[in-house]
Amino acid sequence: MTTLLIGIFLLSLLVITAVAIVRSEDLFSAVMLSGIFSLLMALNFFLLDAADVALTEAAVGAGVATVLLLAGLKLTPPTEARGRSLRKLSVAVIAATTLLMIYASFGQPTLGDPNAPAQQHVAQWYIEKTPELIDIPNIVTAVLSSFRGYDTLGEVFVVLTAGIGVMFLLGGGRGKPFSRLDSRVEEGLSGHLIPKVMARLLIPFILLFALFIQFHGEYSPGGGFQAGAIFVAGIILYSLVRGEGLALSVIPPRVLLWMSAGGALLYGSVGLAGILMGGQFLEYSVLADNPVTGQHIGIIVIELGVGLTVTGVLLSIFHAFAARD
Amino acid sequence: MNLADHLPALQVALPLLTAPLVILLRNGFLAWLAALVASLASFGLAILLTQAVLAGGVPEYAVGGWQPPFGISLNIDGLSALMLLLVTGASSLGLAGGRLSLRRDIDNRRAPMFYGAWLIALAGLCGIAVAGDAFNVFVFMEISSLATYILIAAGRDRRALSAVFKYLIIGTIGATFYLIGVGFIYMMTGTLNFEDMALRLGEVIETRPVIIAAGFITIGLALKAAIFPLHIWLPRAYTYAPNAVTVFIAACSTKVSIYVLLRFNYGVFHGNLLGHSDLFSVFIVPLALSGILLASAIAIYQGNIKKLLAFSSVAQIGYIALAAGLATQAGLMAAQLHMFNHALAKGTLFLCVSAFVLTSRSTRISNLAGIGRRMPWTMGAFVIAGLSLIGVPGTAGFVSKWYLVVAVMSVPGWGIPLVIAIVISSLLAVVYLWKFVETAYYGTPPDGDVSAMEVPLPLRALIWFAALANIYFGLAPQLPIALAESGTGTLLGGLL
Repeated sequence: MTTLLIGIFLLSLLVITAVAIVRSEDLFSAVMLSGIFSLLMALNFFLLDAADVALTEAAVGAGVATVLLLAGLKLTPPTEARGRSLRKLSVAVIAATTLLMIYASFGQPTLGDPNAPAQQHVAQWYIEKTPELIDIPNIVTAVLSSFRGYDTLGEVFVVLTAGIGVMFLLGGGRGKPFSRLDSRVEEGLSGHLIPKVMARLLIPFILLFALFIQFHGEYSPGGGFQAGAIFVAGIILYSLVRGEGLALSVIPPRVLLWMSAGGALLYGSVGLAGILMGGQFLEYSVLADNPVTGQHIGIIVIELGVGLTVTGVLLSIFHAFAARD
Repeated sequence: MNLADHLPALQVALPLLTAPLVILLRNGFLAWLAALVASLASFGLAILLTQAVLAGGVPEYAVGGWQPPFGISLNIDGLSALMLLLVTGASSLGLAGGRLSLRRDIDNRRAPMFYGAWLIALAGLCGIAVAGDAFNVFVFMEISSLATYILIAAGRDRRALSAVFKYLIIGTIGATFYLIGVGFIYMMTGTLNFEDMALRLGEVIETRPVIIAAGFITIGLALKAAIFPLHIWLPRAYTYAPNAVTVFIAACSTKVSIYVLLRFNYGVFHGNLLGHSDLFSVFIVPLALSGILLASAIAIYQGNIKKLLAFSSVAQIGYIALAAGLATQAGLMAAQLHMFNHALAKGTLFLCVSAFVLTSRSTRISNLAGIGRRMPWTMGAFVIAGLSLIGVPGTAGFVSKWYLVVAVMSVPGWGIPLVIAIVISSLLAVVYLWKFVETAYYGTPPDGDVSAMEVPLPLRALIWFAALANIYFGLAPQLPIALAESGTGTLLGGLL
């Protein structure tokens, strides 16, 4: 009952925030509201027991994406352009889509119904077989990185492609020389005492937490995607406080590029190793004598690849935006 | 370990894993070379897979060693092989024939990123063609779409950016609709594997989420396939993309979306949803017909040769959709054959255009006046591919038009009007192509200079190779027909 009430409360807030984003003409408040939207979304995911997704949404949606949008905002005028308005048409299309989805929802199984088809078929198999075949407590990680590891390989390449796109269009990677960057971004927020002290206290724990999420993903919610995003959040906080140039001198763009490409390659080479050792593409069981150990090795390595690519790409995107004015 | 058993996985993994290596290079030429080699190797893999399909079929490939529906399977039939040939062939043609024009469009510093994106787009399209899993299709759709946006945004014209933004928004809506539909189906069946889905959908037939899912998936894919009137993103995206990119995407990317549309509507829905084939026809055939006629008519009024050919693509997608919408065996044959033949013709035409732009630096038809006399070889190839586009006997285009006419003739009551519509639109194609051909041969060049200025011999040879392929597959169409027959078998397997 409590969960239901909280759910209704959070979802109403979500709708209100969404309407506010659409109505807001000030881009800055729209960006802030979209950060709030992601945070509410993360809470909703958490309420639905999807802790892994909630973690990602909070780190990427509410954290990194908001910072990236703000960085992008530097390059645009602060308010929405009043262009040719097709608003009536878009409202009509959105209304029709919503009505269709509501109509469909009347035929769907009750939320949490154990007899729903989605709980009965492959999900049942994953729950039964994961302890025996992969032997890790977090079934989500098992599905994500082994049973459907091919999809996850694809998602890593989606992230990489996004990075390639930003680096290609904004000319990042080897854009401006450091010296110019240094002088321009100056000292970040280092003149402000409170953010500086707070950040100094928080950053080590954020980075440590990221590593925990990375290597503890088999046991508790988490994995490479979340770890990468949290790690990046820590570094971005550092560059906001201490200035872009200093952060770049810790991890230069060329290294970021190698991380982005290297992570994806690492994941892919685990797949090829499966073939070379007599299994199928991305078959981890053949990586060691004992299939379960092989699964563990495979999952740890590919999660590392995911973490590397996510970190490299998100930081490259941040730097690409920050290096422009 | 026998590599031949792993062809389906390698078909995707090879271009996909070459891409991160390419972006690490620092030299534009090396990046191009690496991309070309990977693309040609993918073409080779596609040929091997095609041979295997024709020799009796490719066994299902379980990625990760997990059997479907628990893991993800790769399933390859005649239609998949056809798509693979198109995608890898178009990519190789674009890269090999586009060397000179890409060198001009993309500066050396950014070239590694560009060719990395190219390979990722190629891998994404191959991934869709081999996937046996509805969600896996979505993942690779995301990969190929994102990479394609990058490729189009590389256009020299600033308008490429606004064109690609429009494409990005519409493409994302299409992909989201597809995902909503797949989500509803997963909710009702608990599976994502196509074959398993077709089996389990029978138990929850005619429930609201499944019917709505069918709608979302069909509209989402129609958006991505640019089926009229959801084509608004296409003309500008094709026009302002780098010329070599247009060769690649115009030949294959919308067809891959039609391929998924066929997979879902025939492989999954037709056997389960009562009257789905009728509804599908009622929805798609009128749209296809209006697309065929209107887009052909609009093409006549274009002053830009790339935009003219882009509107012609909208019309040609209409033919494919019309044939597929008939929901008959003959219709599906015609749809698949036309995908193949149109890709041949359009790929060749855009390759010729990229050659014209190399020498005259413009895509305006008025600026290309007299180009036929100045570049007789390239123009000759353009005319051959144009004849194939119109459907003149002896060219590949004739074969699929013939199949299409035979297919629509068997529609009770509507046979003759449909044939008339096809004839009218073919005549419109004659008009819009003649408009360019006339200016190219008989017009006076803007600067009055009529001296010869052909592109280098290797490029000319490649253009003629592509043009002759249009004639070869017009005289000996056994290969596409055999693949389309195999594809029709699996698509209608649920119905027969």
